[in-house]
This record gives sequence, structure tokens and C-alpha cells, in this order.
Amino acid sequence: MKKTLLEIKGLSKSYPGVKANDNISFTIQEGEIHALLGENGAGKSTLVKMIYGLVHPDEGDMLLHGEHYMPHKPSEARNLGVGMVFQHFSLFEALNVAENIILGMEETIPRAELNAKIIEVSNEYGLPLDPNRLIGDLSVGERQRVEIVRCLLQNPQLLIMDEPTSVLTPQEVEILFKTLRKLSSEGVAILYISHKLDEIKALCDHATVLRMGKVVDTCIPAEETARSMAEMMIGGELSMPTAREFTPGKTLLHLESLTLESLDPFGTSLANVSLELRAGEVMGVAGVAGNGQDELLLALSGERPTDAGMVKLSGVEIGGMGPTTRRALGLLAAPEERLGHAAAPDMSLKENAYLSARVRQGLTKSGFTLFGKRDDFAREIVEQFDVRTPGIDNAARSLSGGNLQKFVIGREVLQKPTVLVVNQPTWGVDAAAAADIREALRELAANGAAVLVISQDLDELMEMSDTFAVLAEGRMSEPRPAAGMTVEQIGLMMGGNLEESANA
Amino acid sequence: MDFSALNPVSLMVSLIIAATPILLAAVGELVVEKSGVLNLGVEGMMIIGAIAGFAISVETGNPWIGMLAAMFAGAILALIFGFMTQFLMSNQVATGLALTLFGLGMAALLGQSYTGMKPPSTPHLNIPVLSDLPVVGSILFSHDPMIYMSIALVTGVWYFLNRTRGGLVLRAVGENHDAAHSLGYNVVLIRMGAIAFGGACAGLGGAYLSLVRVPQWTEGMTAGAGWIALAIVVFASWKPWRLILGAYLFGGVTILQLNLQALGIGISAAYLSMTPYLITIIVMVIISADRRRASMNAPASLGRIFHASH
Repeated sequence: MKKTLLEIKGLSKSYPGVKANDNISFTIQEGEIHALLGENGAGKSTLVKMIYGLVHPDEGDMLLHGEHYMPHKPSEARNLGVGMVFQHFSLFEALNVAENIILGMEETIPRAELNAKIIEVSNEYGLPLDPNRLIGDLSVGERQRVEIVRCLLQNPQLLIMDEPTSVLTPQEVEILFKTLRKLSSEGVAILYISHKLDEIKALCDHATVLRMGKVVDTCIPAEETARSMAEMMIGGELSMPTAREFTPGKTLLHLESLTLESLDPFGTSLANVSLELRAGEVMGVAGVAGNGQDELLLALSGERPTDAGMVKLSGVEIGGMGPTTRRALGLLAAPEERLGHAAAPDMSLKENAYLSARVRQGLTKSGFTLFGKRDDFAREIVEQFDVRTPGIDNAARSLSGGNLQKFVIGREVLQKPTVLVVNQPTWGVDAAAAADIREALRELAANGAAVLVISQDLDELMEMSDTFAVLAEGRMSEPRPAAGMTVEQIGLMMGGNLEESANA
Repeated sequence: MDFSALNPVSLMVSLIIAATPILLAAVGELVVEKSGVLNLGVEGMMIIGAIAGFAISVETGNPWIGMLAAMFAGAILALIFGFMTQFLMSNQVATGLALTLFGLGMAALLGQSYTGMKPPSTPHLNIPVLSDLPVVGSILFSHDPMIYMSIALVTGVWYFLNRTRGGLVLRAVGENHDAAHSLGYNVVLIRMGAIAFGGACAGLGGAYLSLVRVPQWTEGMTAGAGWIALAIVVFASWKPWRLILGAYLFGGVTILQLNLQALGIGISAAYLSMTPYLITIIVMVIISADRRRASMNAPASLGRIFHASH
């Protein structure tokens, strides 16, 4: 019989205007992998921050091993065996691995001893790390290892993981799951937050579902479907896009041997990418992160000009044109990075709407901004795309990831593009919002536009694409109809084996 | 023209003396910037240190008490800056500039009755045999103790930043204050400590000007030394050892320029007085031309306001 590790009793926490957590209770057993489910803004982050001592509850109590537990700061939580791996890593790029690990530890160990220990522990759990490398030089997956090893060095009994897989490649996810299962078999409990319901089904023993700050349900994920869990989270029916008849129209976007040198020292250059995107078509571009996705978006949005003939929109050579001209012609793009690329974080929603829609929506007159028209357009986005915000005067930064993503996609969709390019449209977005976004993109295509979706989420691409291509090491496979493709074929293509799959 | 009047030994000695106030202020600012705070008020803190050190020395007759007072005054002024930027979230650039203007005005007011006075003299090191050595003796072994203190301070700051846990935490706060906060470090407290240290160093640098280098009180006597100290921190790409190089380079150009003027070279004195600043600008441009290298050493959170999120 397993023993109870952590008992949460009636935790509540309010912020001005919102009750983030309302009387939350559940228990975690030793060695259990416990999922915490909920939409964006359901109160998951607040809850785990209370467990980790970053936030103090207004009411309620917690018991760790049956004893009163209420950490006032993270170092207390760490001392008592509670570790946390953050969604946005708490790492320092200019410092090396060992220094980053020291910062998260309480005791001071001589450097040589620590380095030896890092190598030992990281190898034991299949997460090899070199203590002397700078964080800035590591991949996202390796950075996460640093966070995990930092926790492991302190012999935790409870490990909190906030969206650990949203930035990992499928291979890295496999490695992570192996590590987590090994930890669990050693008696370490894991509190696991994720939007990816299939992962939760595969990994977790129990799940607690939060909605609007309250516990609304508990379940055993293995006995549920991804759909039923999603419905528990949103408290209603999940609208699933249905298969659609696809009759391609004339070619709208034509890429001809698109070649682009990457400016990022860790990026991938595009080599001879060719494709034809037709009216009414949703094309999915799959691939492991860092295989040229960012470069493809830059070449299409116009942020990086190429030879004029490499990119053609409805027959017009636009490769040398900048973003504003392309927007005017009907080629719109929504980049992956929401804060800082798709939206200016400290500017209000109405200003962000203006930045991208100025030309197409005619928001200026003889060089002056038409404020009323701009505000109407921003309000239209907020209403039609169900963006939850107190108002269009709020800064983009103040929105949760999912809501801002709905705003960004809505802003582009409502400008009625001829061709829309989106990169990672539902990254870090909860199931209901993701379904809305996919539906909006498909509807856009149904009305005659062409949509290019770049994503690392295979399920998403399979669900919404008519045709399917893979970007591997900067080269693109021949697009093929998505219907009838198997995951094995796609897996082969993603590994860079473009020829074989084309012949398959 | 008679260049033989330029005595290399006395040039070296005056170079070191000219460089020391800048070095003191710069090492303090380096620690402040490493913690992620940009305090442009160095000039103001220096001149407040200069008058506080001068006044207290004259009143007590003891230059060391004066220097302590200067450190205290500089730190108090810095803490005003710290309070406004860390607790009231005011803009660091604007607040720093205001601090400089405030310091200059305040020092002028306080110093009115001290103009033209002579401060008590600061004893020089006199080690038998060593200090009497030719050339080496006067360059290395017969300065006032503050020169050695400034070198020791740079060494200490280097050791603290690179070899101690406290220094690591300070660098971490300057690198990514949100991450440091989520690990449970008190960002604001650490920054306030760094700001106070920076103020004390700037105050001491100012006192060195009014008590040793000049030694006299005149209004506006720092004459841009605080700005040079700020520039030297960037010049040194936030590395303590390079501060010494930067400060001595600047000190060297200043002294050479003064000596050339004294020789009556046929260039207008205005041009010669410009040279140290021109050279600083040129060196800065060369240093920051390599964007990758420059940005690698710069603290990533420099000048950014920290809001503790819940």
C-alpha cells in the first residue's frame, strides 16, 4: 500500500478581480504521476506556485508526510524535497550548466565534486550533460535536462513539471518519459501539467481537473479518451472539425527553389524548397523544430527578402518585397513567437491590431490613424475569436498565451488573406482554444484562401491538413494528400528520408 | 619644443593618480550593472562624495574620516536612486540623469563655504629601501594608500563575482531577474545592496579627487569623471581586470594632454582637452563593433524594470 505524500486541503487564493484558486483539495501518493488538467487560466500555475512556495494561499493547508507544510519561499520547499521544472525555464544563458545548478541548490558543494555529481546523475537518468557548457549554446531539450538534473541533485520526493513537453521533439519526449517513469519507480511523486492529453493518458496514474479555479473532476487517464478529458476541462462538448471535401482551385502561392541562408548560428538554411499552394487548400508542414521552419516563415512573411522569382503570389514575383507590400497583396503571416514577433508585448491590443492590419483594413487616411476604425477592428477580433480580456486597451503581455494566440490568428484571418502562413498556431494553447483556432483556419480555406500551417504537432496537422509535407534539414518533401498517410511514413520523412517516402 | 621636460617617471605617477578616482567609481558601477541596474548618476554621487569628504576632513582634520563620510554620502544618494527605481519602478535612465543633476546642484550648495580651503594632507606610503628605489620606487611604492586600496578593491570585486556564491547570485540576478526570482532569490534586496556599494565607491572616488588629486574644493570639479567611469565599464566589457586597463589608459591620455599643453604645443588647448573623450568614444565604437562579443558579456537584464509576478 502506497503512502500519502502530499495532501492539499482547501487551498484558496484570490487576486484583484479573480479567484484563481477556490477551495482546492486532492492528494498525491508516493511514486505517483499525477496530472493537473485545465484550460489556460484555470488556476494550475497558481496552485503549483503555492506548493513550491512562490505564492502564499489566502486559506487552506497542506500536509507533507502528514506534517504541516506551508513553504514561505522556494528554498524551504526544496529543503523539504519539493522541486519544480518551469515552463519558461529559470535558467541563465550566460552562465554554464554547473553555475545554473548551484543557483538552484541550497548547500554549496566544491565545484569539482559537483561536476562529478552532475555527470553521474545526468547519465544515470539518461540525460547526459556537460557541466562546463554555457546554457546559451544548448538546445531547448538540453536546457530542460539542466532543470531536471538540478532538481534531482537534491533528492526530491515531489517533482512539479509545468508543460515540460511543449518545446521538445518526439524523441526528447520519449527520453523524458523514461526518466519520469524511472523516478516514479524509485518512489518520487510527479505533479505533471500538460495540455497534451495523449501524453497524460500514456504517462499519468491519476488526474485532477481544474476549471475556473475549482476542482471539477478527477479521473484515471488510462480509462479515459483524450476527448472525454478535454470535455471535463471545458465542461461541455468539444467541437471537432469534420472531414471536408477538398477540391483545389488555382495556384495562389508558388515557391520555386527557395533558398535562404540562415542568420541564426544555430539555425538551418533553406535549400531548394518548392511547392504550390492552391485555393481552398490547407497544407501542413511537419518537422522537428530547428529544421528551417523559422526561416521558411521569414522568407514568406517578407522579413527576409529572396530573389524575386523564388516566391510568387498569384503569378506575381514577390520574393524581393517587404512585409507591408506582401500584406497589401494578400500574403499574411502569423509567426510562432507570440510576444515580441507576432505582437508587441507592451502595446495594447488595438495598437497591435493596427500594426498588422493598417494597410489591408485601411486604418489610415493621408498619414493619420483612423482611431475609431482601428478600435472597431480590434473589438471585432476580440468578439469573433472569443479573446478573453477586459478590453482592447490592455497590453498584449497581459493576455494568457492561448488568448493572445486567438487574437493573433484572428487578426490575420479577419483581414481576409489570399494566403495565410502560420507557424505553430496552437503552441501552449488549451484544447478548446486550439479547436477554435483550427476551425477558423479551415473555414478560411473553405472560403477560397490558401493556408500553410507549420507545426510540430503531428496530430494537429493530421487533423486539419488537406496536403502534407515535411521540412527536414532545410529541404522540403513533395507535398502529398494527407488522407491515407500513416504515422510511420511521416516519421521516416521527418528523419530526413524524403526520397524514400516519396517513392513509398 | 623641449620634450625632455616630460619626465616619464613623474608622468607615470600622475597618470596613476588621475586614473584612481575613475577606477574607484567604475568598479562600483560594474557591480551595479552586473546586478542588472543601470545607474547613470555616477557623476552626481562622485561630486557629493567629493564635497562630503572634503567638508568632513576639514572639520575633523582627518582625511580618513572624510573618506568614510564620502562613501556614506555616495551610498545614501545611491539608495535614493535605488528606492525610486526598485520600489517605485521609475525609469532607470531618467532617474540616473536626475541623480547627476541633483548631486551637482547639492554639492555646489554644500560647498559654498569650503571654496579655497586646504584639506588636511593624506600621508604617502614610505617603505624604507623599496620607496627609495629609483624609478620603480616612485612608480610603485610611494603612493598614498588609496591607490593600493583601489587595486585591492578591483581584485576583491573580481574574486567576489567569479569565485563566490554571492557573486554568482548577483550575476544571475543581472542575467535573468525573473528566473532568479522564481528560484527564490530576493532580486530587489540584492540590487539595493549592489546600488549602495556602487554609490559608496563613487563617493570614495569623488573624495579622492578633492582630497588627494587636486586637492581643493571647486564647484563641478568632477568634470565628467563619472561619465568616463560609466564608459569604462562598457569598455571593459564588464570584466574587472579590464577596468584597470581602461582607467589607466584614460588617465594616461589626460595627463599627456595636460603636459603637452604645458609644453605650449601649437594646438589650441580646447582640442587637447577633447582628446581623452574622443579616444574614449573611438575605443567604445571599436569595442561594440563586434555585436556578438559585446552582447555576450553585457548583463541581459541591464536597465530592465523588475516586477515580481505572482
